[in-house]
Amino acid sequence: MSRELLTGNAAAAWGARLACADYVPAFPITPQTEIIETLARWYERGEAEGRLVMLESEHSMITAAAAAAATGVRVFTATSSQGLLYAMEMIFAVPGWRAPFVLVNVSRALATPITLEPDHTDVLAARDSGFLQIHCASCQEVLDSILIAYRLAEHPRVRLPALVNLDGFYLSFTREPVEIPAAAEARAFLPDFQPGEVEFRASKPVSQAVSVLGSSPYSYFRYETHLAALEALGAYDEVAREFAARFGRLHPAVECYRSEDAEIAFLMIGAFSTKARDAVDRLREKGVAAGLVRPRLLRPFPQAALREALLGRRAVAVVDQNLSMGSGGVLAAELASALYGCRGAPLIARFVGGLGGRDITAEEFEAMAAAAREAAETGTAPEPRLLYTAAELREVRKLQAIALAERREARGRR
Amino acid sequence: MSEAAQGTPIRSLKDFPSEHLLAGGTPMCAGCGGLQALHEVNDLLGAKTVFVNAAGCMTLLAAYPYTPFRGSWLYTSMASAPAGAQGVRDALDILIAKKRLAPEEDLHAIVLTGDGSAYGMGLSATSAAIERGLDFLYLCYDNEGYGNTGQQASGATPHGARTATSTLGYGGAKKDLFAIWAAHKPAYAATVIGADPLDLAKKVRKAAALKGPRLILALAPCPTGWDFDPQETVEIGRLAVKTGVWPLREYENGRIAHTRVPHPRVPVAEYLARQGRFRHLFEPRRDEAAIAAIQAGIDAYWQANP
Repeated sequence: MSRELLTGNAAAAWGARLACADYVPAFPITPQTEIIETLARWYERGEAEGRLVMLESEHSMITAAAAAAATGVRVFTATSSQGLLYAMEMIFAVPGWRAPFVLVNVSRALATPITLEPDHTDVLAARDSGFLQIHCASCQEVLDSILIAYRLAEHPRVRLPALVNLDGFYLSFTREPVEIPAAAEARAFLPDFQPGEVEFRASKPVSQAVSVLGSSPYSYFRYETHLAALEALGAYDEVAREFAARFGRLHPAVECYRSEDAEIAFLMIGAFSTKARDAVDRLREKGVAAGLVRPRLLRPFPQAALREALLGRRAVAVVDQNLSMGSGGVLAAELASALYGCRGAPLIARFVGGLGGRDITAEEFEAMAAAAREAAETGTAPEPRLLYTAAELREVRKLQAIALAERREARGRR
Repeated sequence: MSEAAQGTPIRSLKDFPSEHLLAGGTPMCAGCGGLQALHEVNDLLGAKTVFVNAAGCMTLLAAYPYTPFRGSWLYTSMASAPAGAQGVRDALDILIAKKRLAPEEDLHAIVLTGDGSAYGMGLSATSAAIERGLDFLYLCYDNEGYGNTGQQASGATPHGARTATSTLGYGGAKKDLFAIWAAHKPAYAATVIGADPLDLAKKVRKAAALKGPRLILALAPCPTGWDFDPQETVEIGRLAVKTGVWPLREYENGRIAHTRVPHPRVPVAEYLARQGRFRHLFEPRRDEAAIAAIQAGIDAYWQANP
């Protein structure tokens, strides 16, 4: 074990290294690129053993990743944002191959407009694919979650690919102290990949990802994949407990911070949840019984754990760092469906913020807490809100004024 | 691969493998020229194969729980079959290098694709696989249109052919996929046709013995898409060669050579007239100008590439 200052990207590369990934099909995209560059450097210098191959697109990269996993090697790969969407046909196809591997996504907001900074609309587009999803809030969690993700993905009752998510910039490029487990310890936790029935061999011909004729086999295999994903709920708890016993760090499916006796709770995923954590401490100092509930596991959806954490709270402020156009925040809708009809369910105050890396300030957390408290007192959930300040609007108005002036000047020249 | 490379040299049809590896009763159309070529290729390559399939007619070959193959199969997508072959090949190499797999368990990775993918959506993945030097065989059955969806025009559709999306005759020109491959300097590239099994066999044997990216591009006469009687598949295939429409070519060591030079060339009208997709060139009036233009294109090719 050693302790080093690592970026989230470097922590991800360490995760792949400690998992002894045999094969890394790769394609560059900001802010993920440092992960594959780090691995490439290690492999070229012989500091770690593995083979990295540059593919010509993320679509091909995911195809190669799943094909290699289906041939019996341990595979790691990484992408981000537009890359994840470019691969989306295969993201939905390969879980049905039942060939486990780990994909790191470094969240970055989607076009249009194009930007480099993060939010979670990219990774939530993969929500219904069959990939398991783990969301990280620190660089340490990134490394640990990759090891956990392999155990979960390769679990005999699961056998699905797993996606580990970290926020671009806030985690990908931020150095934090990270404990790097000793290689032998990591190996003891994560032994060699057992491909089982899924592998291509001359002596054991197998047909993979074949077509079906008719809806009954189709439904059967789709249900089977869904049920395997649900199996990952129990498997996750097993694996996380074992990880905690070995490394002393517990990463529960749903992390609860001061929420046991809270009247109001924030619900968030990813790096920005650390801001909510600070807000909880400040609110507590002011006498407000606030808490934070943070799902790390988003697929399978930890419905029971969320109910346990939130039933009995008076209100929950869901801060969605994503936007489903024409609907709103994705997590708020998922949470509402999990809590609907349950006795003691809190009222839900819905907020969308942090799009394209926009900060969520301490004042805004206090305002969201106040809105949640008001909901609790009046018994009425407030209208969903899009976080935006007058100062931001002023900034955009200035840009628009410049754009307009430039256009007029250009017209004048013509 | 060694299995195929060690096979007896093919000098005549009598040297063909007597065992047929691909089972009958597939959902392919009667008279499918692509299936004819696949039968021949599969017999020559042996069963230590994994066919990595791109979306197309032949995706229906392996339909749960049946497969006509003795070897393995992996369906991928329309655009990324070469990347699937890359993943399988790399994984097998890793396993063998780490002694986690006995060398005799190795498989020959073969991309099986139609022209829709090969000439269009899959071209980027194919080009990249060639530039990486991937050790794979790329088998394309070219029926000159998106056959599986009812023969819409693809990048392989010849000028003048009627398709479901060009009912008056396709205005574009067929792309030269063989030349595109040759420009990548692959280990090997060849055009073949099921109707000339001897030529096909020599090329497949040669390809099987080589390493690196290798193309076998089979023109696949298509009774449903080209509109002719299924019993004429072989005859139309032969005419494609005799008229010079489908030059049988080979790329090896930087050189391109013809393996058959039709002489004298049968007028292309004989090939066109037997297919419903060109009927508008003959009925209600014979369109001499259009037929002459197609003939001129063929003559120009053979003049430039004697």
